[in-house]
Order: sequence, then C-alpha cells, then structure tokens
Amino acid sequence: MSPRMIIRRLGGSLLVLWLVSILTFLLVQLIPGDPAEVIAGENATVAEVARIRTELGLDKPVLEQYFNWFTGVLHGDLGHSLSTNRSVVSTIAEAAPATLVITTMAILVAIVIGVTAGVAAGLTQGSWVDRAVSTLATLGIAMPSFWLAMVLVSLFALTNPWLPATGYVDIREGFGVWLSHVILPATALGLATAAELARHTRGCVADVLTRPYVRTARARGASGAWLVRRHILRNSAIPVVTVLGLQAGRLFGGVIVVEAVFGISGLGSLAINSVLQRNYPMIQGYVLLSAVIVVLINLIVDLAYGWINPKVRAA
Amino acid sequence: MTPGPGQLNGAEAAADLRQAADLRQAGEGRQKGDGPQAGEPLLAVKGLTIDLPGGAVQPGLVEDVTFDVHKGRAVALIGESGCGKSLTSMAILGLLPAAVRVTAGSVMFDGVDLLTCSKRQLRRVRGGPVGMVFQEPMSSLNPTMTVGDQIAEVRRLHLGERRSVALKQARELLERVGIPKAEKRLRSYPHEMSGGMQQRVMIAAAIACEPKLLIADEPTTALDVTIQAEILELLRDLRRDLDLAVLLVTHDLGVVADFCDDVVVMYAGHIAERTPVDGLFYEPKHPYSSALLSAVPQSGRARTNLTVISGRVPSAGQFPTGCRFEPRCEHSVDSFCRRPQADTALADDHRTRCGRVAAGELTLKGAVRG
Repeated sequence: MSPRMIIRRLGGSLLVLWLVSILTFLLVQLIPGDPAEVIAGENATVAEVARIRTELGLDKPVLEQYFNWFTGVLHGDLGHSLSTNRSVVSTIAEAAPATLVITTMAILVAIVIGVTAGVAAGLTQGSWVDRAVSTLATLGIAMPSFWLAMVLVSLFALTNPWLPATGYVDIREGFGVWLSHVILPATALGLATAAELARHTRGCVADVLTRPYVRTARARGASGAWLVRRHILRNSAIPVVTVLGLQAGRLFGGVIVVEAVFGISGLGSLAINSVLQRNYPMIQGYVLLSAVIVVLINLIVDLAYGWINPKVRAA
Repeated sequence: MTPGPGQLNGAEAAADLRQAADLRQAGEGRQKGDGPQAGEPLLAVKGLTIDLPGGAVQPGLVEDVTFDVHKGRAVALIGESGCGKSLTSMAILGLLPAAVRVTAGSVMFDGVDLLTCSKRQLRRVRGGPVGMVFQEPMSSLNPTMTVGDQIAEVRRLHLGERRSVALKQARELLERVGIPKAEKRLRSYPHEMSGGMQQRVMIAAAIACEPKLLIADEPTTALDVTIQAEILELLRDLRRDLDLAVLLVTHDLGVVADFCDDVVVMYAGHIAERTPVDGLFYEPKHPYSSALLSAVPQSGRARTNLTVISGRVPSAGQFPTGCRFEPRCEHSVDSFCRRPQADTALADDHRTRCGRVAAGELTLKGAVRG
C-alpha cells in the first residue's frame, strides 16, 4: 500500500474521530432542561448544582464550551468523574486493560477456531466435517454469550475446578495465572464470532475452489497444502477480514455482559455504572475511547486489504 | 466474445482459409509435423465417456471419444459451444468439475493411463510433460500472486528448485514468450498486464518444464484479433523450438487451417469426423463439418447473407437417439438417420459418424472453391 493511501486513510480516520468528539460533547448539551440540575439529581442543593455548572462550564457559550472541552481532550484531560471526583482518564486507564485483553483474546480465539473450522469445512464440502462445522456454527451464533459464559464456568471452574470462575489479574502477576483468568471469558465472548467466521470462511473457500486460477494451479501440479496455502487462503481472506472487522466492534460492546458474569471490573461495568449514575464525563470518556478503538480496527482492516489484495494497493 | 451457433469467426477466418489453401498448393509445409504419423502416439484418447452422475438414464455429455496426438503434431478439437470439446480437454488431466465424471475410456500418455494412475503420478504429469493453457487468462491467473511466482511455482513443484533459482528461470521464460522488461515484470501482478501479456504468462508457466504436449483450451478466444495472431505466432515458434505436440481446442476454423495437422470435429458429445486438416477443408465427410465450413463468412463477397446452421446444439439429456446432428442436418433422411450411426473409417486417417456418407450416398462440398 502506498504511503499516500495510508495518509489518506489516516486522514479519514481523524475526521471520523473529530465528528465523534462533537457528538460526544453534545451528549451533555442535549439533556433536556438544565443539564446541571439533571446531572446533580433530584435531591441536590442549589450550591451543588452551581458547582456542577461551573465544573462542566455550562454557564459559558456553547462554542466556547466545546473549544475548552476539545482542548482538554487533546491534552488528555476529560474532566473528573462526578461520583468519585477522580480524573476520567485515570479511571478508564485502570479499567481498560482487563477489557482490552479479553476482547483481543476473544478475537484470537475467534480467528483460530473460526478460520480453521471454516477452511476445513470449505475444503471438504459435503463431508461429515463440513456438516459438523455448519451445525456447530449455527449453534454458536444462536447461543447468547452470557449463557455460554455460565456453561463454561460451570464446566471448567465448578464441576472441574481447573480454572478460576471470576476475576482478572494483571499479567505482571505471572503469565500462567493471567492466562487462566483470561481463557474462559475470552472463549465465552469469542465463540459466537468464531461461528460467524467459520461460516464465512467456509463460503469463501468453497467459492475460491471453483475459480479458474485454482484449476490452473492444479494443472501445474499443485495440490494439498501447497494449493491451500498459496492459492486458496489468501484469495479467501478478504471477505473474512471484513467480517472480522465488523465483529471486532461488536465484541467490544458484547464484553459488558461477559464482564458481568465473570465479575470483572472492566470498562463494561464502568460504562453501565456511569450511565446509571448519570456520570456524564465518564460516559463521554467511554464513548470517545470506543470510537478510537473502532476507528483503529477499521484502519487495520483497510491496511490488511492492501496487504492481502494487490489490486487494492493500486486503487 | 463467443460466436453464436453456426457463426464461426468472421472474415479473417475466410481469408486464412484461402491463404492456407494457397500455401498448400504451393507445397509449403507450415511447420507442421512431418509426414504421416508413425509409431506410438504421444497421447491416445480411447472411448472417453463423461457423464453427469445421478439418474440412470443420463446420457453421456461426451461419448466414445477416440483420437490420437502424435509427437510434435497439432490436433484441433473443434465444434460449437457445448459440444464437449472443453470437457474432453479437461478430462485428459483430470481437471473436470466435481459434478461430472469420466465413466469409460482411457487416456494413455507416454504409456500411462491418466484416468487410472495414482494421484501422485497424475500430479507429476500436470505441468510437467503436459502443460495447459486456458481460455481466460485474467481469471486463470491467481490475482494475489506475482506472475514470477506463478511461473516459478511450476519449476519448484516439479524440479524442486529453490524460489530464487526458479525465479531466475521464470525470467528467462518471460523473455522466451516475448515479454519485455522481464526482470521488472516478474514482480507484476496479473491485473497490471494486458490480456495478451497475461496469456503469454500462462504459456510461459505451461512450458516451464519443457512439456511434450501442450493442451490449449481456446487460448485466443478472449483476446483481440491482433493479439490472437501474436499468440498463435508464439505457439508456432514454441512448437518448432520445443518439438511440442499441441491439442488445440477452438471454434475458429481459420486457426485450424493455419496451425493444425489433424482435426477432430465434435458435435453434441460425439466425434462427427476425424481427419487431417486438408481432408476437412477439401472433402468434409460429415454434414456438420460441411455446415461449419459454409458458415464461415466469405470475404470479398459483400452484402451476402450469412449462412447459418439453423437450430442449436441440443443440451445433454435431449440428444436424439439416432444421429445427433439429424434435426439440424439438411441432408437427413428420416428412416435412416434416426438410427444410431457408427463411427466408420473411410481411409486410414479419415473417419466419419455419418452413415450416408459412409455408404457413398452423399458427397459434401468443402470450403475451398476454385
């Protein structure tokens, strides 16, 4: 991919982020009535309302408010949590690692299981492997992740006490301990995506197998692993990467439920509590972070297209 | 792209025919194989039958196809679209789509039956002693691999060369097939090349291991007329330099006249006529061959009506029980032609499936007139 294209994609991403920042800012402005009163709650004193109004700068003109807020965002200052009065950035930074680790691991689980199963099914269409993958994939898509999480906990943490049932520990406490805490939530979160990926991969592989260039490769004597690796996988990858990009955003949202089941205090529980407490600065921080992550994933997907398909590189 | 039924390639084909006839009269061999075939054929297809598996009454998509390709000679497989020529050429290397099966016959190549040999043996033949070129170069090349790697692949698979060594050979092959700046082109992707260039790349890959036989399935059909001529010229050079036998699937009679020694005319899954090229043009022995010849537009006779063969090739499952061409044949005699026709030898190298011609009841006109 040419540097010019990368710059163009980066520019597009920054534009999206800027638009999101406006929407995030307007979140507070769109509260009906006096935002300060609503945020302070029903039993607040006049002094408290006034404090919140000054704190959020709600007494200034909208444009000035936005400018001040945006300057803050650029300097990494998102204000203070209304409930704990701690800085939003450090609160999020505390909760984020668990969530990001579980989501990333879920994506890895999805890729390893989904792509492997999909390729196996696509290459052996009509066989028992193919039928088994299709059935399991449908099941995987139909099962809600919280239910899957509970089944996994009961199987691998309660009936067979191999893995911890709840909580998250930092990787600095030891790789083994860390992994044992991550496996179950990541699997619970990733299996549905694995199922989705398996179905798409199967379809793409089946489609690529009918392409004339695969016949050409066979006519040259290619077969088996050589044929799969050089001719089938790469050509099947584009739609799979697209689906993965869409799913990654969904996983980041779905992690909330899994965190709840496993008692992990990550971004998910932080977001829910902030919404319940009408903790607007926290909500703004969470929305901005989500936007950054989704935009980053899309950027990675775009760059991956260029790496996979030489035609995109030229476009 | 593909000419409709009965309208074989236009004016240039007619010009080719005439030119070819002139050359023949002047006694100039056009780099064709020498003299009559002798000894064991390089490729012997016998009784090849291809079916759609399933129903008990499935008729053969291709039935009882028999022909030989001798060392260094070029054999054309001609007929309208849907006559089974491509299926036949695919079946030789076991490249048929999954839905169809070979149910009878043998394909002997260099003493090995490619239909019954092990998969391993078949892989060794594919891309090794038998190269293959397909119709649409764009879709027949892998879009995510450089052309250099696609050519080098053949040598890596068959000769076990390392990538760097094989790429060096690929460079020479690109030069051999007439691609300028070969060093740079090695790193190009198929979509960065024109159709003609892509077909040259296909040919380079097909000859990478110096095959004895090249199967070319309509190699020029998807290309512009001027490019067609260049590709044919290239194939002609390669035949001369590598002593390459060619099985050319085409529906362009001009190409047949220009390039081939022998012709196999296929109609609705049967071989209608099998003959040396001269025999087809001067004395066709099957009404279908004759109809094909008269369907070639005659240049120099402007504003005449195009002669067409009325009707179309029946699809598999709707083949008549008698002569398969009978419903479209202007010479058909009901009582006789509705019975199955046998493949009959008229001379050593000339066979027909028309009973009336075989019985001497019917004389057909050729294409080259006075």
